Amino acid sequence: MTIFLNKDSKVIVQGITGGEGSKHTARMLAAGTQVVGGVNARKAGTTVLHHDKDGNAVELPVFASVSEAIEQTGADVSIAFVPPAFTKDAVLEAIDAEIPLLVIITEGVPVQDSAEFWAYAKEQGGKTRIIGPNCPGIISPGESLVGITPANITGKGPIGLVSKSGTLTYQMMYELRDLGFSTAIGIGGDPIIGTTHIDALAAFEADPETKAIVMIGEIGGDAEERAADFIKANVTKPVVGYVAGFTAPEGKTMGHAGAIVSGSAGTAQAKKEALEAAGVKVGKTPSETAKLLREVVAALGA
Amino acid sequence: MDLYEYQARDLFERYGVPVLPGIVADTPEEVRAAAEQLGGVVVVKAQVKTGGRGKAGGVKVAKNPDEAYEAAKAILGLDIKGHVVKRVMVAGGARIAQEFYFSVLLDRANRSYLSLTSVEGGMEIEQLAVEKPEALARIEVNPGTGITPEKAREIAVAANFPAELVDKVADVFVKLYDVYKSEDATLVEVNPLILSEEGEIIALDGKVSLDENAEFRHAGHALLEDKGAADPLEAAAKELDLNYVKLDGEVGIIGNGAGLVMSTLDVVAYAGENHGGVKPANFLDIGGGASAEVMANGLGIILGDPQVKSVFVNVFGGITACDQVAKGIVGALAELGATANKPLVVRLDGNNVVEGRRILEEAAHPLVTLAENMDQGADKAAELANAA
Repeated sequence: MTIFLNKDSKVIVQGITGGEGSKHTARMLAAGTQVVGGVNARKAGTTVLHHDKDGNAVELPVFASVSEAIEQTGADVSIAFVPPAFTKDAVLEAIDAEIPLLVIITEGVPVQDSAEFWAYAKEQGGKTRIIGPNCPGIISPGESLVGITPANITGKGPIGLVSKSGTLTYQMMYELRDLGFSTAIGIGGDPIIGTTHIDALAAFEADPETKAIVMIGEIGGDAEERAADFIKANVTKPVVGYVAGFTAPEGKTMGHAGAIVSGSAGTAQAKKEALEAAGVKVGKTPSETAKLLREVVAALGA
Repeated sequence: MDLYEYQARDLFERYGVPVLPGIVADTPEEVRAAAEQLGGVVVVKAQVKTGGRGKAGGVKVAKNPDEAYEAAKAILGLDIKGHVVKRVMVAGGARIAQEFYFSVLLDRANRSYLSLTSVEGGMEIEQLAVEKPEALARIEVNPGTGITPEKAREIAVAANFPAELVDKVADVFVKLYDVYKSEDATLVEVNPLILSEEGEIIALDGKVSLDENAEFRHAGHALLEDKGAADPLEAAAKELDLNYVKLDGEVGIIGNGAGLVMSTLDVVAYAGENHGGVKPANFLDIGGGASAEVMANGLGIILGDPQVKSVFVNVFGGITACDQVAKGIVGALAELGATANKPLVVRLDGNNVVEGRRILEEAAHPLVTLAENMDQGADKAAELANAA
């Protein structure tokens, strides 16, 4: 099994006619994802031409709104490739349409916009699971890709991965390409994100096909510390961790808006210690993390 | 982006938050003139983006323009926790009856906003939170509705403001939230917020952090940036739209993706432990589209750092194809010509790696070494930096 999506997931693309939306629609289709249409109010009624993984032409309809797209196609997942200035409106629209899963790839969304759409999503009863913003999305190898993760790094397998960082996700999938992944989810590096480490850990714990979990964090905030508490209380599967940013100085933002050490808060060392106290083995480097994961999987006899 | 106190003061004034008059000055003469203009007792305050100014001697009360002149001479040039004072604000004096604390900020853990309020101001908030947590009212602010007059009164009551002050401070809380919301701030803090002996509520100091992601809807925010204070290499990188942070080491780093670059810094630092203690010289994320131009710009910045002894290029080709990255490196080296004079270790993996490595092998640039993986590349780059 997978978490949050599977091969039957029907996906629409908000911003399907834009440069990024168009490029990644093609990649998602090639990965086997059932992309069923897109949204762009100004181009509603038109279609865009793409090809599925077998090379067959598919004409994807462009709808005026997410709710219309759901009504016409039965979509249950949306992915947003809209510029930062329009992301909040796109997300509010998806929440109003009660799409079960929304992945926001857009980087550079003002954090107050994220805070507002998150508050709105909660008010509406949390019917929409949000992943992102500023994330690579989610991939269940061999089933579905809703995001920008390269689909050819590795295949299906027993590992679940949750990460704040896109390229570290790719790096770790590559290190463990012989084992394969049930689902790899990039939750994003912004200060406010939808799905958290804890949400993904809970889902992996409940997924029978996931045997071991890799959790990748980075400096800033206290999400890793809270995840450590959660693991201690709720996760029975082995978890191996990695935290980036041991050498990051205080007060400098390291690429991600959320990756900053302020005072004694948010250091990689504190996160590592919290995870280790929860029984999580933490690697010093991506390669050592992969090695620890291998040991854990070998010990399971899997 | 953190603002200076005087910038926060100006913002507050624009939103109707009561503040004292303030004039910025860069020389003792300007300070004297400012004190004359304001009249009476003034306070000369160092403008630095760090706390603990008072203790460090960066805030002085002056009874007349001559005293203000002397105060400025003492404060300008002072080093406060590594921040050299280049500018002061001359502020009007106030007769303080009571000191309070108020802030509204982003609450990452709860994905919401939080207001912190106390009737016991003047103390560092971190200290208050530890020593007297019961004196600090922590009230969540819903990002959808914000601090309305009702919410502001709720906050004031929770913080134990005396009944006769509740409406008065609540009005200031609403205005401070207006600053937070309208300016896309992630923090607005006033410490101290005072009650003057004349019965006025006044924001005596202000700390504001603005969200750089929101700059597209605030034309004025770019002007608040302190270009002179930035590291010259960081400033040059910003001009080129590069995500670069200068660090204090010898191994220049270029990578794609914030997480992978952060990780590369760590791996290089570990490798450096075996090579004379060399450290990463910078953070540079060239992102997804590593064109020859971006690579050349990045390499140019890094080679412009005299501390750099070697460079480690660590790229995992996700969407980016490694052959494009390799072409970028070859193109960049050609473009830079003789200015490219430090050894380069390149690790490529992922999308189209075979072709990428072939391009670099074929170019056979004397400065370039290909690495098998991230650990080996970091080790080689550290070794070369130590040998140089």
